[in-house]
This record gives sequence, C-alpha cells and structure tokens, in this order.
Amino acid sequence: MSDLSRRKLITTGIAATAGVLGLGTAAHLAQKYGLVPPDHGGIWGIGETLTYASQRLLTRHSLAREFSRSQISKRPVPNEMPPLNDGYKRLQAGGFVDWRLSVDGLVDRPGRFSLAQLKSYPSRSQITQLACEEGWSYIAEWHGVPLSHVLDVVGAQPHARYVVYYSIDPEWWESIDMADALHPQTFLAYGLNGDELPTGNGGPLRLRLPRQLGYKSVKFITRVTITDNLKGFGKGLGSAAPEGGYAWYAGI
Amino acid sequence: MPNSASAVPATTVKSRHSALVRLTHWITTICFIALLVSGIEILISHPRFYWGETGNVLTQPLFRIPIPSSRALVPTGYGYVLPDQNGWSRYLHFQAAWALVLTGLLYAIFSLVSGHLRENLLPGKSGLSWRVLSREIANHLRFKRPSEDEAWSYNVLQRLTYLLVIFVLFPLVIWSGLAMSLAFVSAFPATVTLLGGQQSARTIHFFVSLLLVLFLLVHVVMVFLAGFWSRTRAMITGKAGTDKEGT
Repeated sequence: MSDLSRRKLITTGIAATAGVLGLGTAAHLAQKYGLVPPDHGGIWGIGETLTYASQRLLTRHSLAREFSRSQISKRPVPNEMPPLNDGYKRLQAGGFVDWRLSVDGLVDRPGRFSLAQLKSYPSRSQITQLACEEGWSYIAEWHGVPLSHVLDVVGAQPHARYVVYYSIDPEWWESIDMADALHPQTFLAYGLNGDELPTGNGGPLRLRLPRQLGYKSVKFITRVTITDNLKGFGKGLGSAAPEGGYAWYAGI
Repeated sequence: MPNSASAVPATTVKSRHSALVRLTHWITTICFIALLVSGIEILISHPRFYWGETGNVLTQPLFRIPIPSSRALVPTGYGYVLPDQNGWSRYLHFQAAWALVLTGLLYAIFSLVSGHLRENLLPGKSGLSWRVLSREIANHLRFKRPSEDEAWSYNVLQRLTYLLVIFVLFPLVIWSGLAMSLAFVSAFPATVTLLGGQQSARTIHFFVSLLLVLFLLVHVVMVFLAGFWSRTRAMITGKAGTDKEGT
C-alpha cells in the first residue's frame, strides 16, 4: 500500500468516524431541545426535521404578521366540510349552551369549560391571515382567549411538552409543541370579525394558530389534552395529519 | 515527506468539469425534477393566482390555469375532481428544497474558493463587447453547432445565462418560497412584504419556476446541438471530447 492511499484511508476513516459521531451528537441535542417532529420516521424524516428544527430555532417567540382593519377580506372562506355529525347538530339546536371544552392530561385541575366561561376570561383579538396548504388565503379578525390563559387556569405541569386538541369530528385532531401552545397568538377563538364564529369557519370554538397552515387550526374544538409524549395518541405520529400523509408541522 | 506525485499517473488529463461541479450538477437535476413534479401537484389543488396579500375562490384571480383541480372547492369548469396528492408532494417539495439549498451552498462556496466562478462563469472583458455578444447571439439563433474549443469552456452567452440562473433565479425561487411560510415570515416579515404580499410571492414563485423550466429546456436543446453524448459524458466522467472518439 502506497503512502498516499494509506494516508487517504486514515483520513477517510477519521472523517467517517467524525461524521457519524457528529450526526449522533446532533440527533441527541435535537431530541433534547425538542427539535425533532413526531413524524420524523420514514423517507421524509430528514426534510421534516430540518424544517421543524430550523423554524423552531428561528421563530420560537416571533409574532405572526398582523394586518389593519382595511385589509380584512370581504368574505372569510368557509372551506369545504364533511356533513357535521348529530352530536354537533344537537348542540347547535341548543344554541351551543351545552358545548363543553374539556381540558385534561398533565394538569393540576382538569376542567370542563362552557363557552360562557371561556368568554369570561380576558378576550383578545388578532387580525391575521389564514393560509391553506392548497395556496389560498384570507385575512380576518379573530376574537378569543389565548390558549395559554386556559393552560394557566388548569395548571399545566412544567414537564408538559405538547398540547393535543380534538374536533367534535372524530377524524380531526392535531397537536402542537409548547412553544406554539404558549404563544400569545394561539387562541381558542369564538368570534370572527366582531361576530360569533360561524359554523363554516369552525364555530362555536376553533383553535387559531396563525403561524401554521389552516389544517392545524382545528374547527369545533371539544377537548384539549396536555402530554409529555405523543406516542400514545393515534398511531404515534403526533396528529391526524401525518396519518393522512400530511406533515405534522405546518409552518411552511 | 512521502513523494505523493509518484502515485499520480503521469497521463492525468485535465477534467472538463471538476468532480464537485459534476456531483452538484446531478444532485441539482434530481432535486429540480422532484420540486417540479411536486410543485405541479400542489398547484393542481388551487390552479388560480392572485396579487397582494390574499386570494381565494371568493376573490377575483389575476389569472387561472385551465386545468382540472384536486379540490371540489375550486370552480374549474371540469365535471370531475382529481385525487389529492398534496401530502407527499409537500413532504417531497421541502425535502428536495433542503437538498437543493444545501447543494447550492456547497457549490457557491466552492465556486468562490476554487476560482470556478472567476474562470468559468464570469465573462472576460473581451467577452462582454457588443461584437462578441452579437456574434454569439447570432450563432445561437442560427442553431450553429459550437466549435471544438467550446467543448473546453463556456461561451459568453452561456456564462451570462448560468450566472442568471445560479445567482438570480434560484435565489429568487427560494426567497419567494420562504415568503409563503407563515412561520418564517413571522420572524422575517420583510421577506414577504418586499414581494408585495403572500399571494404575490406565490405568483412570483410560479413565474420564476416557469423561467427555470424554460432554462432547462433550452439547456437540454443546446446539449443536443453540441453533441449529447460527449457533453453528457463530460458532465458525468469529466472527460471532454467529440462524439466520434467517444462512440
């Protein structure tokens, strides 16, 4: 073996070892700092992890753009919807008086909240864009209570890592990390453009998450669960979206 | 000190394209095709374009593409709805975008450090004269087959086109893509406001992609004109030469 090829072999060996160790360390750090999305397995895992990790590092505290009243879209698009179930229709017939949001999981005081209770908390408004992964968008003014306020009321425990939330439609449930859950623009929204939130836009209660695409803003919210591990929910991919082939993180 | 020169064969021929240029060229090719296919699939879910911040089925589009859609919500005039392919398309689009951006960074750093940019891409002073430029344009318009020595370097029109694609169109398509990311623009709002809004960014993304496709088509036609096998072999193995000696 010539000197050159030996040297080449040693250099390659050192580089490969450093590469493997480097990747191992990066993976460990990413896990530790919550930079790995729950749908990181499979062929799309690398791209998803790069997107989620970099956006989480860049945008942990940044605020979604807010707009002026004059920029509000004339008609907020009610997206195509499956027919609503009987449970919803019954509650609708009763004027949503019996609508309850149950909050459980890693909390000190699990509770069930009526709309009136949620509306008794400090109300906040935001004029933000709702953008769909398909490419269309609209701007509307949303009224509601920040999710972080409700998490304070129930006493979310410090080791909480994710918030899972469910629609009355059993097919639709999502989850977000604590950076998004505690974000000041993450609302439990009950109003739109100065009025009650219409059924077409997710009324009477919708999770509003303006830094992610529309499918993360689940309509008709009835339950919120706080957890430190998403493995036990559905297929363990984080939410219904990855089970249907869509990314869990929808910041892009 | 080992005599490393003795290990290098005496008959080493200078490569037409360096190994890094060849590698990044083909990675970019694969990524671009993946981005194009997935981009078309995503476009099918809403084949309408707008200007400004917002746009949807209830607003007037800037223009629409007369194709069927994968969403029943979009009025297309076709009596059927295509299957939804957005899930894997979006995963693939972003994965390929990451691979392309990282490859592009590697290429850009290499181009600056190795002199590839200065020697092979930037046109020389003489090349930028009107006489040379007009001759090159005339040659291209006549579909004239390039001379033998052009197998070893890019002509001025080629240099300008590559510079435009690498340093204008690719950065612009990445920028307009990021401008559609709600989370990214929350941290860097100027990314989208400078382009005139989220829907404007989407429209710009579409047109820049069209220009890149146009470049791809012209590029492939030119490769055929110059000798498909010799030029493709040069980009795979690094060896330059004519078709005659190659086949």
